[in-house]
Amino acid sequence: MSSTTTTLAAPRGGRRATDAIIRGLVYLSAIVAIIPLVWILVSIVTTGLPAILSASWWTQDLAGTTDRKAGGGALHAIIGTLEIGLVTAVVAVPIAVMGAIFLIEYARGTRWARIVSFMVDILSGIPSIVAALFIYTLMITLLGLGRSAIAASLALVLLMLPTVLRSTEEMLKLVPDSLREASYALGIPKWKTVVDVVIPTAFSGIATGVILGLARVMGETAPLLILVAYARNLYLSPATSNMGTLPTMINSGRNVAETLPGYERVWGAALTLIILVMGLNLLARGIARASRLKDR
Amino acid sequence: MADEPGANVATTTDLEAAAGPSASLATGKPVSTTNLTFANIKHGGDRSFRAGAIAAAVIVVLLVLFVGIFLAVIATPSLRHDTVNFFTSTLWNVGADAPLQFGIAGLLWTTALTSVVAMVLAVPIAVGTALLVTQYVPGRIGSTIGFVIDLLAAVPSIIFGLWGLKLLGPFLGPFYDWLQRTLGWIPLFGKGVESTGNVLTASIVLAIMILPIVSAMSRDVFAQTPRDHMEAALALGATKWEMIRIAVIPYGRSGVIAASMLGLGRALGETIAVMIILSQTNSAGINVSLFAGGETFASKIANNAQEFDSPAKTGAYIAAGLILFVVTFAVNAIARVVADRKVS
Repeated sequence: MSSTTTTLAAPRGGRRATDAIIRGLVYLSAIVAIIPLVWILVSIVTTGLPAILSASWWTQDLAGTTDRKAGGGALHAIIGTLEIGLVTAVVAVPIAVMGAIFLIEYARGTRWARIVSFMVDILSGIPSIVAALFIYTLMITLLGLGRSAIAASLALVLLMLPTVLRSTEEMLKLVPDSLREASYALGIPKWKTVVDVVIPTAFSGIATGVILGLARVMGETAPLLILVAYARNLYLSPATSNMGTLPTMINSGRNVAETLPGYERVWGAALTLIILVMGLNLLARGIARASRLKDR
Repeated sequence: MADEPGANVATTTDLEAAAGPSASLATGKPVSTTNLTFANIKHGGDRSFRAGAIAAAVIVVLLVLFVGIFLAVIATPSLRHDTVNFFTSTLWNVGADAPLQFGIAGLLWTTALTSVVAMVLAVPIAVGTALLVTQYVPGRIGSTIGFVIDLLAAVPSIIFGLWGLKLLGPFLGPFYDWLQRTLGWIPLFGKGVESTGNVLTASIVLAIMILPIVSAMSRDVFAQTPRDHMEAALALGATKWEMIRIAVIPYGRSGVIAASMLGLGRALGETIAVMIILSQTNSAGINVSLFAGGETFASKIANNAQEFDSPAKTGAYIAAGLILFVVTFAVNAIARVVADRKVS
């Protein structure tokens, strides 16, 4: 009797060893997972920092420079990335929010909601290159338009839409029904209830989703490669066929030799992109955390 | 003047019909103007708002359908003029002067190999991190580790590509040489390309890219393991690992499988990182080695993006994109079905 108790309290031999080995492997897996992140961040910061610390990085484009010539900056690519991101958000966010309202406020629990929800899942799994090819067939092959920054934005809409729709849906689900019922009891129509009660309650969550979606599309490269040509000069019009962006700036310089000044600019662009995308991610998490604390 | 009363009557009847049984109770009694106005506003605003929500949902559904339909329609003429078997050929001659010869066998092999190897590398590590965060160090430290791993998902793929090309590949070069010398008699480790831009480097980078996705979803399901199951296992004298094996893993299995499928879908379609890392090889045919170069569906299309000049040529690449779409659609649909089965 007492021997059984001892075995239960402190497993010995093989069982104990297995337990220790698994514990070691589990800790090891986290270390293995974190190494690449640290490696990537450290190498990008150390190689790219000199480039972005110069004042011209933020104020000039690459007009007139070559990979062999120092100077110039990434203004064209920064503006391009922000502009394409903004156009994408302007198109994607209203559709995504209305789609989420459909799922939660109008079709909750119905067959239609399941169909739309399934399609959102499929949309979120569509590779960016396929989204780009779709916009290519639609705008260039069928409509006969040329490549443009707008075309790239439209392809990115397909990638941003499911991200924002899902997070908005999750947030609308969290809005308590008592708020809706209180509003109805005051005789307020359903649409006004959604606009004035439900959306404001869920606003911080929706904003988080929009920022995360924006961060995702700003780091995308494939649609830009297919739908808009890279330019070393600053172009402002979204209808232009050439526009520089940070991802395509990195891509166009990826084979520059390490000894040339252009090499440093490639890593500078990578660092700028990381700062932008990580900054947006941290901002989104900050908003999410702040609103959680407020609720408590 | 004579028209006006008639018009008013029509409005009232319309409203009664629209408002249903509750309004018909009021029939015969005078309907107050306030009520009329109120009912009108409510109806109009609600109807157009609802229409907007439905329109957004319809757009989402149509987008998915149109992606498939458009790609299929544009690819069909080229597929019809293809002089070799589209599924079994490894040729890719789409120039304007010669007859079209293109097949996806090579692309399919490289795409499947990179993605499957990535999944084999990523899933155990992702499950390990998920177990660490939920079972070994729950609470503040665990959520911090989870947060750091989630940050990996925020790194743009072009940066993973740049890192794989410039740093990871060259760093692993000596290890590859050793692996090739030692295990070279296995076809999978046979001779490949000279550079380190091979399938294995691409797979490792893909593994790092899908790791945060699989890890986050696994974390969610492990965290939902019923406490009774875990405590029951521990009360019977199970060690921590035995408890995890008995209670946590069976409960989370379908969730982990669904997460892995989503990761696989992401790896199959990843474009720019693979395009930058993998060396293109000119030889037709398939080299089964992990040290071979090659092209995936996505990298093939992206590599030739600037050459979409003739409809026949464009159609060939779009046909490749169509297959990629169908494959990722299937993988994501399976993931969804597996994830739903967990709930029931």
